[in-house]
Amino acid sequence: MALTIDRPVVAEHHEDEHGPSGLLKWLTSTDHKIIGKSYLITSFAFFLMAGLMAMLIRTQLSGPNNTVVSQHVYNELFTMHGSLMLYLFAGPFAFGGLANYIVPLQVGAPDMAFPRLNALSYWLYLSGGITMIAGFFTVGGAADFGWVAYAPLSDAVNSPGAGPDMWIIALILTGFSAIFTGVNIITTVFYLRAPGMTMFRVPIFTWNMVVTGILILIAFPVLTAALIMLWADRHLGTHIFTVAGGGVPVLWQNLFWFFGHPEVYILALPYFGCVTEVIPAFSKKPLFGYRGMIFATISIAALSTAVWAHHMFTTGTVLLPFFSLMSYLIAIPTGIKFFNWIGTMWRGSIDFKTPMLFAVGFLVVFLFGGVTGIFLAAPPIDFATHDTYFVIAHFHEVLFGSAVFGGFAGLYYWYPKITGRMTRESLGKTSFWLMFIGFWVTFLPQYLLGLRGMPRRIAVYSASTGWGGLNRISTVGAYLLFLSVAVMLVNFYVSWRNPILAPDNPWDAGTLEWGTSSPPPHHNFYSIPPIRSERPVWDFNHPEHTTFGLHAKEHAGEEHAE
Amino acid sequence: MLGVAVAVLVWGLIFWSMIRYRRRDDRIPRQFHQNIPIEIIYTVIPVLLVGVIFYATVISENKVDAVASKPSEIINVTAYRWGWRFAYENSSGASQNVLIQTRAEPKLLAQSATSSEYPQLVLPDNATVRIVLESSDVVHGFYIPAFNFSRYAQPGVINEFDFTPTTTGVFRGQCAQYCGLYHSEMLFSVKVVSQSDFSTWLSASHS
Repeated sequence: MALTIDRPVVAEHHEDEHGPSGLLKWLTSTDHKIIGKSYLITSFAFFLMAGLMAMLIRTQLSGPNNTVVSQHVYNELFTMHGSLMLYLFAGPFAFGGLANYIVPLQVGAPDMAFPRLNALSYWLYLSGGITMIAGFFTVGGAADFGWVAYAPLSDAVNSPGAGPDMWIIALILTGFSAIFTGVNIITTVFYLRAPGMTMFRVPIFTWNMVVTGILILIAFPVLTAALIMLWADRHLGTHIFTVAGGGVPVLWQNLFWFFGHPEVYILALPYFGCVTEVIPAFSKKPLFGYRGMIFATISIAALSTAVWAHHMFTTGTVLLPFFSLMSYLIAIPTGIKFFNWIGTMWRGSIDFKTPMLFAVGFLVVFLFGGVTGIFLAAPPIDFATHDTYFVIAHFHEVLFGSAVFGGFAGLYYWYPKITGRMTRESLGKTSFWLMFIGFWVTFLPQYLLGLRGMPRRIAVYSASTGWGGLNRISTVGAYLLFLSVAVMLVNFYVSWRNPILAPDNPWDAGTLEWGTSSPPPHHNFYSIPPIRSERPVWDFNHPEHTTFGLHAKEHAGEEHAE
Repeated sequence: MLGVAVAVLVWGLIFWSMIRYRRRDDRIPRQFHQNIPIEIIYTVIPVLLVGVIFYATVISENKVDAVASKPSEIINVTAYRWGWRFAYENSSGASQNVLIQTRAEPKLLAQSATSSEYPQLVLPDNATVRIVLESSDVVHGFYIPAFNFSRYAQPGVINEFDFTPTTTGVFRGQCAQYCGLYHSEMLFSVKVVSQSDFSTWLSASHS
């Protein structure tokens, strides 16, 4: 790589930082670490907002015929809860936040390939987020057609007003933000790796971000196009999705879900990456099956583009066996990943610090969510459970499992690197257990409610349904989740007011970001250790415990050394 | 069942690892990172399991979706914001002049689905019924939990499906696809009666 051959072994020392400071620095920065932090904080704020909406939703549903909120407000709440969580939190937190901060560090680069494009991505995201929230302040209120905005419900006749329009604009803005970041990450990983880092020595977190970036480039343009078509139907007199005029409403579903299904893997793969960093570090072993993981990630991404119509099994317009088979096949690479995570822990020395607790929480929760996904991939079962709370429980298990359990594992893991401070283990463990218990109490009853016929997106139900008891239990679980996040915020606050300073490598982890200070200096590294595997810092610190070379052959036994 | 078994197995492996390999001292464990034979096994076995599940799925799916050549009753179901219209036809598609529809706009909080606020679809037992389903505005979901079945009602797309009720009784039905403000109240019920009771009801219900 011409960019890296003549790179000096030790970078020059820059004692003083030049350039603006304070607010102007934040507004004009193109440093991936500052932009990454901005994304983390902004997306976390959206997470909290969407979480409060969830509390309101659960309170309204806690008993039959509640009047905590009106039907109109309820419809806005679930639309915006879903939209904020999926579009403004889960994606940007991992892809704009963690990836931005960590990927250049993991490949030994001084910044992203396109720093100014990176800044543009953040400001597009922030503008989009503010636009979406501002819908609440319009006369007609925020968008209230669900996060999927099915046509014809989302057309000008059935959803008039500015709130829906702002929702559409917001998604066009955040869509471009994602596309630009995708370009940036892929280019950074392909062209800015440090000497010695072949593609098969790139950490899995970064690999997953590359694959996610490719998926974003496949999926988001389709969403953007569909949104523009919807806008045209609403305002420019076209009839793309309306029957009167020769349009095809189900086209919206096809376009949306062609984006929508890869989207949920765009949301999940980065968090699989987080967990794949945490588990080896806290098991004191290398990742088991590194190449299998890469194969599995690429397979999941490829398959995810072929399953979209499993969201449409009940439309009567879908070739059921094809989409059912494709959906089942995704279980295979996902299973490979699970066995590799277990294989990493196997015969390891596992330390259950907070990041590892959340990583294991992810494993437990996502497994169940994944299995229920297999049930849903069977059209006969889907006919009985589509649009019921069974589906709500399923997707919360996989999304919450990956974005929240997996994401918090990553957050606690890299918190010392990003902030230079440690979090309190006691508060971290408390927050974890509240979340783990709260999660099951919230969502297990919802599987049962779905099987007992409770549809989704209903604001009220009558007492004669008998759903009150399970709903009340679920609401209690939601309050536990609220508490768990409150404890987490206290943890971060305490780490700020009463800091315990973090060393370079508090977890004795292996990837390159742990070979520089916490937080890293302006251009990330003063020097980079030799790179001979996917964990160069571990090899440097533990030369008798590498997976290659003389020592490895002595220790390997029947396993093969690289 | 297979799903439960797989989940229990994998959970078991996770919990076993957590307990058995808990950190006890500062020793660094053997740094193995692959085992090709095991990796092949846990790739191939899931492929075989998927094959089995898929085979069972296709058989079941074909049964559920099968449409009889000559049903005993045909019901034209039209969904709209926010109610249902049921128009009865005989097996040749001729109207029987029976029309059941949701009464005035729902503005009340949700009642029981069997309340007279909502339309009741009366059907004969042990006879094949075909539903011809469409919407006059947005996408709705025709969902009867007790029948383990739902299908979208869409504008411009006519969905047809058959079933044969075998148990008499009253069953709740509800719109399952979000359709706007009063989605929660788009309820209906299905009453399955003996064939003779059905004929009596049909003649008495001419509009």
